Amino acid sequence: MRKVIQANEVSNLVKSGDTLLVGGFGLSGSPLTLIYELLHSDVSELTVVSNNLGEDGLGLHKLFEAGKIKKMVGSFFSTNKPAVTAWQKGELEIDLIPQGTLAEAIRAGGAGIGGFYTKTAVGTELAEGKEERVINGERYIFEKAIKGDVSFVKAAKADKLGNLIYHTTARNFNPLVATAGKIVIAEVDEIVEVGQLDPEQIITPHAYVDYVIQSKFVKQGVNYVESR
Amino acid sequence: MLSQDKRHLIAKRVAEELEEGQIVNLGIGIPTLVPQYLGEKEVYLQSENGLLGIGPAPTEEELDIDLMNAGKEPVTAIKGSSFFSSADSFALIRGGHIDVAILGTLQVDVKGEIANWAVPNQPILGVGGAMDLVAGAKKVIIAATLFNNKGESKLVSNLTYKTSGIRRVELFVSDYAVFKFTDDGVRVVEIIEDITIEELSEKVGISLEYAEEKILN
Repeated sequence: MRKVIQANEVSNLVKSGDTLLVGGFGLSGSPLTLIYELLHSDVSELTVVSNNLGEDGLGLHKLFEAGKIKKMVGSFFSTNKPAVTAWQKGELEIDLIPQGTLAEAIRAGGAGIGGFYTKTAVGTELAEGKEERVINGERYIFEKAIKGDVSFVKAAKADKLGNLIYHTTARNFNPLVATAGKIVIAEVDEIVEVGQLDPEQIITPHAYVDYVIQSKFVKQGVNYVESR
Repeated sequence: MLSQDKRHLIAKRVAEELEEGQIVNLGIGIPTLVPQYLGEKEVYLQSENGLLGIGPAPTEEELDIDLMNAGKEPVTAIKGSSFFSSADSFALIRGGHIDVAILGTLQVDVKGEIANWAVPNQPILGVGGAMDLVAGAKKVIIAATLFNNKGESKLVSNLTYKTSGIRRVELFVSDYAVFKFTDDGVRVVEIIEDITIEELSEKVGISLEYAEEKILN
């Protein structure tokens, strides 16, 4: 199967109303090329699962500005003023989940686990309506796993089979997201031949990855800029 | 005291609580000042976004914007550091593998339950890793000024802000005093500001007990 595709083929893989899982923490490890490919497509009504809604008006924030996002599922949106305003006006649904619960829910989703009990958020507003159970004398709440229609992953390198390695803290949610989508697309800084990645270093085995694209972004100082 | 001085005073006092070799998670604000007071003591700083072994801020040459802390500031990684996914990072946190979490707070009640995520009268759209740290760290130390900018005590009889979880913190290091929480409630174990326990009780609005205790570790 040919996995390496062109960026402009991405929008054909996403449908309106899909649940999109997106890696990244702020802009670190954010699949910017994949996200921006959707800006000019006619895809809309997306549910996006990601820790943040981009950062400083970039990344997923642009998708939100373009009116593509119906609902966000993540852990931290307070610093995104336009998103807060849209939520207040009822234009954006937000499902707020503690960061560790979000990570574990995506991990579970990709691992065939229906849900799990966690002690995080017990007794808080974020536990309201959730099943509670005492296990070995400790209180836990039940959290359902999260799965997606399409996953957008950012990695440092892929080989042509789709094996992935990551760079520093740009790993974050990416290896989890890579396991939990029906279609998994990885954007990478560099595509190498099969055999050029050390098997001991591979974090995401190629079985998880359906497509690979070359990133259009490079790091420049404190920014990620589109390369020419 | 200037507010900046207070923040450093608190950070310095918290630094004394840490032991060589501990795995520590720092919240934003005053907790981030703690490392500068560690001297020769080596602790390992964990970051929610998947790093154990946070180093100092990068020089211009070292800057790599992929490499950031949970406050989204560029950092470096020390020798012996490791990177891992967010799921592994929160397994460390929830699983009890973080020795000490040093957090800020909006309120702490007399039993040690804290409210540190939801700012009152504002839409609540951010929680981050706050509840995971409260639920899972082996020890939680609060590093915060005793009064908020409206002059209200953060130590309260009952939380009026939204709780961060049922787990009770162990210690609250403030600019006036150090408070310890046990099953018997709150006790002042050290007075930092030049104030009597009666004056402190009056200011806080809670009758406080003072039992000097060297609580280091």
